[in-house]
Amino acid sequence: MPDGDLRSRMTFHSELERLETDLVKLGTLVEEALSKAVHSLKDHNQIMAGEVVAGDDVVDKLAIDLENRSLSLLALQQPMASDLRRIGTVLKIVTDLERVGDHAVDIAKVTQRLASQTYIKPLIDIPRMARIAQDMLRQSLEAFVNRNVDSLESMREQDDEVDHLYSQIFRELLVFMMADPRTIQQATEFLVVASHLERVADHATNIAEWVFYAVTGERKDLNL
Amino acid sequence: MQIISALKDIPGASPSGGNRLVALQPHRHMVQEHVSDTPDFGAAHPKIEVTGLSVYYGKTQAIKDVSVTIPEKRVTAVIGPSGCGKSTFLRTLNRMNDLVPGVKVEGSVLLDGMDIYSPHVDVVELRKKVGMVFQRPNPFPKSIWENVAYGPKCQGITNRATLEQIVERSLREAALWDEVKDRLYSSALELSGGQQQRLCIARALAVEPSVLLMDEPAASLDPISTTRIEDLISQLRNNYTVVIVTHNMQQAARVSDYTAFFLMGRLVEFDATEKIFTRPSRKETEDYITGRFG
Repeated sequence: MPDGDLRSRMTFHSELERLETDLVKLGTLVEEALSKAVHSLKDHNQIMAGEVVAGDDVVDKLAIDLENRSLSLLALQQPMASDLRRIGTVLKIVTDLERVGDHAVDIAKVTQRLASQTYIKPLIDIPRMARIAQDMLRQSLEAFVNRNVDSLESMREQDDEVDHLYSQIFRELLVFMMADPRTIQQATEFLVVASHLERVADHATNIAEWVFYAVTGERKDLNL
Repeated sequence: MQIISALKDIPGASPSGGNRLVALQPHRHMVQEHVSDTPDFGAAHPKIEVTGLSVYYGKTQAIKDVSVTIPEKRVTAVIGPSGCGKSTFLRTLNRMNDLVPGVKVEGSVLLDGMDIYSPHVDVVELRKKVGMVFQRPNPFPKSIWENVAYGPKCQGITNRATLEQIVERSLREAALWDEVKDRLYSSALELSGGQQQRLCIARALAVEPSVLLMDEPAASLDPISTTRIEDLISQLRNNYTVVIVTHNMQQAARVSDYTAFFLMGRLVEFDATEKIFTRPSRKETEDYITGRFG
């Protein structure tokens, strides 16, 4: 292989590394946004909620940048095999992460809508759901970076736990609403938040499935 | 009598030239052990079965114990770095290596179950069945018509109408007819490089081969001519078994159904093209096609 080819291939591989580093950066941003959104809800923290809403622009810009760079690499370098799988995976993960960012914004907006209200109950299960979903996100991105899919098997149980918490929250809020119709507005908002978190866990599972493909070349359904 | 009847299996072979034509003999080991890593060919039949093939140039071993089955009416690409033996391998399929002094070939190559290295095989007949297209277009310095009619004429076809038919069919099959039908008697050397290459393909098709070997057929062509050749290859797969050696991995990915990866004379991996280029099984293949090789 002539030197020129080898050099441009090395540039390609370092571009691919940068792409992955920035994907992890996007992951960290949305994970933070989610954490802040749920904290803002729990603590009535309007400043934090405002930061989450404002921060979404950064997430969206980075997502578009990652998509553009992935498409450029596909067009200019015609990657094959694991390189191809990694870029395809980046493209898919970007979409999932961007959606997680949107869910975080939606949760922050609930904080804003409930600004003047006293909560019908302290929030315990919602932050718990959020912690599991965040953990799932982090695990799948770490697996991508480390090219190690061993940890992904546990995601199925975590996803089940999130689903279980969702049903629990649903039942609990239903009792509140039946007991006192004045709680309906607030209870419905909390239910929407729980639903967002349930979706975040699904996105994390999607990401894990793509990471599994990128690393092994095989497709695996983790959302059974 | 036996010779004449066997000749029916050789397209274009005419009994008139029969005294020097000896039919391909059925090989005594026709039932081969199945090569373990042969991919699933779906409905395709095996066309060429290579077993334990080794090729030596003097003391240098260019091909090392290669076993592979090439499916009928499919495009099989052979890829690998320079000097990996891919062109040597291609040339063993129509005994083009026989022309190299000091060459030694071991193992067997069965074409439709007949051993092409059997001493009874007429190499000229073999090369009629297994046509070849080279890297640089090499038309004869004659008219377009003469280039295509040359092979059939050598076979003893003299009837003008028959020759006209063969020329038109071959040029159409090579996707060149529309561009040259008004100037069939102009020199072939006036054609562009891409047209010359398609003329060479038409010339190979004129003797009705069943296998077409292509050694970097688009290496010397511009991108548009390359696309034409690639389109043509995908059409040829309907009637011919195509084996193409290419340096261009994207080309292998675009045109072939199956891909064989050679490295230092060995067949490292042979599988469906889609699998080779998205999730190869061997690390050497992965390293080569992702450019980490070297």
